[in-house]
Amino acid sequence: MPAFLFWLFAGVMLIFGALVVVNRNPIASALSLVVCFLGLAALFMSLDAFFIGIIQVLVYAGAVMVLFLFIIMLLDLRAEERRTMNWVAFTGGFVVAFSLLVQILAVISRTQMAKQTFPPLASRQVDDVRNVGLLLFGHYNLPFQVIAVLILVATVGVIVLSKRQLR
Amino acid sequence: MTTLGDYLTVSGILFAIGFSGVLLRRNVIIIFMALELMLNAANLSLVAFSRFRLGDDGLPNYNAQVLVFFVITVAAAEVAVGLAIIVALYRARRTTHVEDINSLKF
Repeated sequence: MPAFLFWLFAGVMLIFGALVVVNRNPIASALSLVVCFLGLAALFMSLDAFFIGIIQVLVYAGAVMVLFLFIIMLLDLRAEERRTMNWVAFTGGFVVAFSLLVQILAVISRTQMAKQTFPPLASRQVDDVRNVGLLLFGHYNLPFQVIAVLILVATVGVIVLSKRQLR
Repeated sequence: MTTLGDYLTVSGILFAIGFSGVLLRRNVIIIFMALELMLNAANLSLVAFSRFRLGDDGLPNYNAQVLVFFVITVAAAEVAVGLAIIVALYRARRTTHVEDINSLKF
């Protein structure tokens, strides 16, 4: 993938990711998150991870965000009115998040490995669905089954939580 | 050419954006969306390392992509349960603002 496409998609992703946090209207936040996930899926595909990119679009930009939008509409959330902000908490949170960012960037700038470009692949044909599937159903079969049980438990849990009265 | 550091930098910035969202916003649903941003930032660096460290056959290291698959699956289940909890909370307290939920405040 050409370098300018990487910076284009990375820029779109970061701008819309920041809009998620900045927007006052929850629906605008959710729609910004969809665009952010689409940019992220493009970055995955630029790393030859086509399966993960497709899954990202289907599961995140599709299923998860529809769930978010449904809940926002169900609760009928408007743009929140301005409240008196707790400036101490706001400044403290900002300082903590900013120092985390500085820390991450310092570690990356000091790592030798981060300055290397990606090595070329052995073949131009990347059948990653097959390879991920082989690992998933072979070496990682037990975690895969555990995930299935986890999703079943989550489904039952959601139904129990959504019932009108909890007993 | 893009280096590994470029992808890691983008991933780190996205993580910091999500982290600041969790710390600064007071709406439960927005906090939940910021959590998703942090999970996805971690996924991006995993996939970048998967492409960077090729296996013996010259293909990306697919172990990392399987881990990303698991993260996405667990995150989807987590979103379903978390949103159900938020709906139950809204029914009980009529609010999604974290400062109004202070029963445990000392």
